[in-house]
Amino acid sequence: MDLSDAKSVVIVGAGQAAAQACQSLRMGGYEGGLTVIGDEPALPYQRPPLSKAYMKGDLPEERLYFKPAAWYEDNNIEVMLGVSATGIDRRAQRVLLENDGHVDYDALILATGSRPRKLPVEGADLGGVHDLRGLADVERIRPQMIEGHRLVVVGAGYIGLEAAAVARQMGLEVTVLEMAARVLARVTSPVMSDFFEAEHSRQGVDLRVGARLEGLKGQGGKVTGAVLGDGTEVPADIVLVGIGILPNTELAEAAGIGCKDGIIVDRDARTSDPRIFAAGDCTRRLLVHYGREGRLESVHNAIEQGKLAAAAILGKPRPPEDCPWFWSDQYDLKLQIAGLSEGYDDIIVRGDPDARKFAAFYMRAGRLIAVDAVNSGPEFMASKKLIMVGASVAPADLQDTSTSMKEIAAKAAA
Amino acid sequence: MAKITYIDHSGEAREIEAKNGETVMETAIKNSIPGIDADCGGACACATCHVYVDEAFMEKVGQPEDMEQSMLDFAENVQANSRLSCQITVSDELDGLKVTTPESQH
Repeated sequence: MDLSDAKSVVIVGAGQAAAQACQSLRMGGYEGGLTVIGDEPALPYQRPPLSKAYMKGDLPEERLYFKPAAWYEDNNIEVMLGVSATGIDRRAQRVLLENDGHVDYDALILATGSRPRKLPVEGADLGGVHDLRGLADVERIRPQMIEGHRLVVVGAGYIGLEAAAVARQMGLEVTVLEMAARVLARVTSPVMSDFFEAEHSRQGVDLRVGARLEGLKGQGGKVTGAVLGDGTEVPADIVLVGIGILPNTELAEAAGIGCKDGIIVDRDARTSDPRIFAAGDCTRRLLVHYGREGRLESVHNAIEQGKLAAAAILGKPRPPEDCPWFWSDQYDLKLQIAGLSEGYDDIIVRGDPDARKFAAFYMRAGRLIAVDAVNSGPEFMASKKLIMVGASVAPADLQDTSTSMKEIAAKAAA
Repeated sequence: MAKITYIDHSGEAREIEAKNGETVMETAIKNSIPGIDADCGGACACATCHVYVDEAFMEKVGQPEDMEQSMLDFAENVQANSRLSCQITVSDELDGLKVTTPESQH
């Protein structure tokens, strides 16, 4: 469907994908009406620092925002904050708002994001138990991040481990509870799990894997501890829950748009309704370098689909689709991830984990499909490009740190 | 405060009042300077904020640290005066700084 004569573009959601779509639409020459509807009270901001520098107090709030308020005014973008969209009337091409308001669209972008999975145990609603997803969560958490306080982190994914690292650096006593047999089990290999487990233990985190949380105990409505399946009690002044996120698909589903663990989109970020696009955490997309569908919970994905949707609306050529990439900062470790390691049949480690500078390369049928690079920029940057072209790389070259990544990349490209 | 001039690959210049303490990248993003994407928001994780620093300011801007240098090694069209603009913090000393964005980022 040609939407290049659209007079009104509406974006539901005000996160990274929404900010990118605004930028790409306006820079791409779109001059019609542009409305952003966000249920949080804040202008679009970066989420990654919330469990890193911002939580620690190293980054002032104003630096979280992609653009100052004046940018939206200057670019004639109406930003409706603290407003929930309650429905989509596809026939009338109308987004329905709480308080009976509505906004009409020629093209609609759903950038509804995701929400934290709720802890399915008793005591999850006690005071002092927090999710870590939005600015408001960090505002509630930060006053309790006091030296000597006892923090229990439920879930050893990236968010949980990042928060644990920040808390240790702030002098809290930290216990991490993970149900699986190792940390980061859903996203990486045992090689990396071992490394991060050793690092957190060395930094004084009490890490308990294979720990089933039975419930949270409290007194006077405030959390006092976690009870494990084996009856062990871990005292807590504050509990952070990081057990995964769920895509916000309700609006799309209620409107009859195709969804399956995410709003299903094509390579132009278009949903089953040709006037409606979706971008970011809420989508399920083709992972073009892997020949399968999936959900990507990442900055890369939010940016890319924001650009894809804007280009499709403007009738411009599809922007390049990047190899998925991610990063995580813990202590002085920068973990950079390119590609998706799921389904690997071989792991090659380059460098020395004890030197805190190494990379794990994931291969499938002789081709590089992903890398986890710790304090190793060249390994990350080179792999990103190699993965995109499905390069075969010789394991012996990767293991040999005297052969530079530049040489390896040049050889693979030859 | 410092005035920073961003020049795109075609030679078009945009002069911006930058706030001390913010980075050359952040200043660009907030002012919609074309050619600086900064996908990772300044975490030194993506190399999409690559700029060429005016020779006169090379000393004041300083040398890249290890992680930045290794990211730059794999960026497109790298030159001796290449930097990641997310790693350059604005100060009075940088008043008058000129940076050019590479064509590959447009």
